[in-house]
Amino acid sequence: MPIQIVPREKTTPGFNVLILLLSLLSGLIAVGIIFLTYGINPFFAIFEIFRSSFGSSFGFKETLTKAIPLILIGSGLALAYKAKFWNIGAESQLLWGAIAATWVGLNWGPFMPGYVILPLMFIAGFMGGAIWGIIPAVFKVKFGINEVISTLMLNYIAAEFVKFLVVGPWKGATKYGYPYTDDLPEQAILKLLNMSRISLPLLILAVAVALILSFIVYRTRFGYEVRVIGENSEAGKYAGIDFFRTTVLMMAISGGVAGLAGVGELTAIHHHLSYPETISAGYGFTAIIVAWLGRLNPAFSILSGLFFAGIIVGGDAIQMSMGLPATTVNVFNGLILVFLIMGDFLLSHRVQYKRRIR
Amino acid sequence: MLEILTSILVRTIVAGTPLLLGTLGEVVTERAGILNLGIEGMMSLGAVTGFIVTFTTGNPWLGMIAAIIVGALFSLIHAFVTISLRANQVVSGLALTMLGLGLSGLWGKPFIGRPLETKMSAIAIPGLSKIPVIGKVLFYQDAYFYLSVLLGVIVWFIMKYTKLGITIRSVGENPKAAETLGINVGLIKYACVMVGGAFAGMAGAHLSTAYSKSWIEGMTSGRGWIVIALTIFALWEPSKAFLGAYVFGGIFVIQYVLQPLGISPNLLAMLPYLTTLGVLLFYGMSSKGKRKMSAPATLGEPYIRGSR
Repeated sequence: MPIQIVPREKTTPGFNVLILLLSLLSGLIAVGIIFLTYGINPFFAIFEIFRSSFGSSFGFKETLTKAIPLILIGSGLALAYKAKFWNIGAESQLLWGAIAATWVGLNWGPFMPGYVILPLMFIAGFMGGAIWGIIPAVFKVKFGINEVISTLMLNYIAAEFVKFLVVGPWKGATKYGYPYTDDLPEQAILKLLNMSRISLPLLILAVAVALILSFIVYRTRFGYEVRVIGENSEAGKYAGIDFFRTTVLMMAISGGVAGLAGVGELTAIHHHLSYPETISAGYGFTAIIVAWLGRLNPAFSILSGLFFAGIIVGGDAIQMSMGLPATTVNVFNGLILVFLIMGDFLLSHRVQYKRRIR
Repeated sequence: MLEILTSILVRTIVAGTPLLLGTLGEVVTERAGILNLGIEGMMSLGAVTGFIVTFTTGNPWLGMIAAIIVGALFSLIHAFVTISLRANQVVSGLALTMLGLGLSGLWGKPFIGRPLETKMSAIAIPGLSKIPVIGKVLFYQDAYFYLSVLLGVIVWFIMKYTKLGITIRSVGENPKAAETLGINVGLIKYACVMVGGAFAGMAGAHLSTAYSKSWIEGMTSGRGWIVIALTIFALWEPSKAFLGAYVFGGIFVIQYVLQPLGISPNLLAMLPYLTTLGVLLFYGMSSKGKRKMSAPATLGEPYIRGSR
């Protein structure tokens, strides 16, 4: 064969970025082709997506709003994926964050000032998400259960549980026919920036979490252990790493920050618990690609979170103006993810032309 | 009473059929060492393809064939990315699920709310279908059921008794050794992934052209993931796939049987997922089960020719 594929030893950061951009571009081209099959001008559609998410002040505010949960969840998933723990359950970890915060907010909120109740809700939400994240960790390490399946099953279970709560025992007395809980008391609601749905403290929290997690992954012993488990679990065993402890702690953090995202959606946007589709909008799944696009560095999920928030906002906009179904954004996500992992091949391998010597 | 039992069993078989088809395909794929988590997306694409083709041609058989082809072609992406490019199988599968759900939503949108005029109808096997209970349950079903049983037997026979079956298994267990024996490892892996995709596509078409006769977005509702769990439940053996598929088919039906008793429909809807977790836990807790739960040795690992 004249073409030979050889492993590449080292890559420069510049080359890394180039491949990343190429992957994104190829992904967008593929999305364009799909739009064509639907009879839509792809240049117009893709231009519209980015114009409506980054091109206007209103659009950009919405993009920032949706970036917050994506950054939080994406950075937590990046941590888990570093250890090759395929947490697909962020969606339900988010829901448990919202459930726990709703309980705290509704029951304790009326009797406490905002500076007490809001932190309590975030702590409860973190714990809710953390516990829901620890379950698959224990299942995997103790019983050898594939975490992809357990986290997914936990997604469906949590979603049904939320529906059960909002039509059943937690149904709001003031909400008549609607599947909502009562609204949180005023002091349990985060103030928003003028003319937007952005909560400044929440935005700061998301960015801080991403930076702190990045520091943990690359600068602490725990982060080192997480990376060793991911890269070479055999070596990890010899190095005396406690797999159980590390995995449980890692998933408590990964699930916990997804829980924080749930508290954020609850207290800044919705103000009551409602159907899972309303609370989350698929953030748990989109964040999988956020983590991946960020090269599994939690800090980079700030940028990739913004990018995918833009795609959600722009996707919503063209969905309405062009009559596309809600799943259009899934086409985007799927294709970009496929091209991202194809790009990884070029990062780790070189394609060479070689004359055959006989 | 007998009528209620018959009706429950009939619905169990119907609900179990797409699970059986999907599981058979995933067993073949995983036996060759490739983990395909894209089943949910492939089933969804199969469902929409089967529906559109049946809707436009009026022939549910053409719908089935189209769904099989689309499923196989779609899985080719997974094969190329994971086998040729050695990409991470977990991530590729997730990407295909997202893509499949997205594409099916996009292509199926114009067809929402438009029922089929002809769906895959039940075929009575002469004579046998007259047997009480069993006749209705086993010999008065749609073609998908008969085909799934036939395909299941074929897959079981191939995997257990033929050279091809041994070849596939050796590719999943020890590709290096297989290659030394002159087996084209890449080719076998590609073929097994496409077989899995074809089965998933067929399973999807069953949902939209036989189980119901309409297309609804997200109508696979997690069945693709249950298929992946069932593959573990079946310990990668086609014969046990039958048991798993019908047990889970029964769990889907029980939801609707129990609902009139006043139990919350949302709590009942958790049943399939809780059972899946419960079964895996049961395996994981016993040391014997844990040993049995060991997947094909190189499942999920990329194979690099001539290495090691």
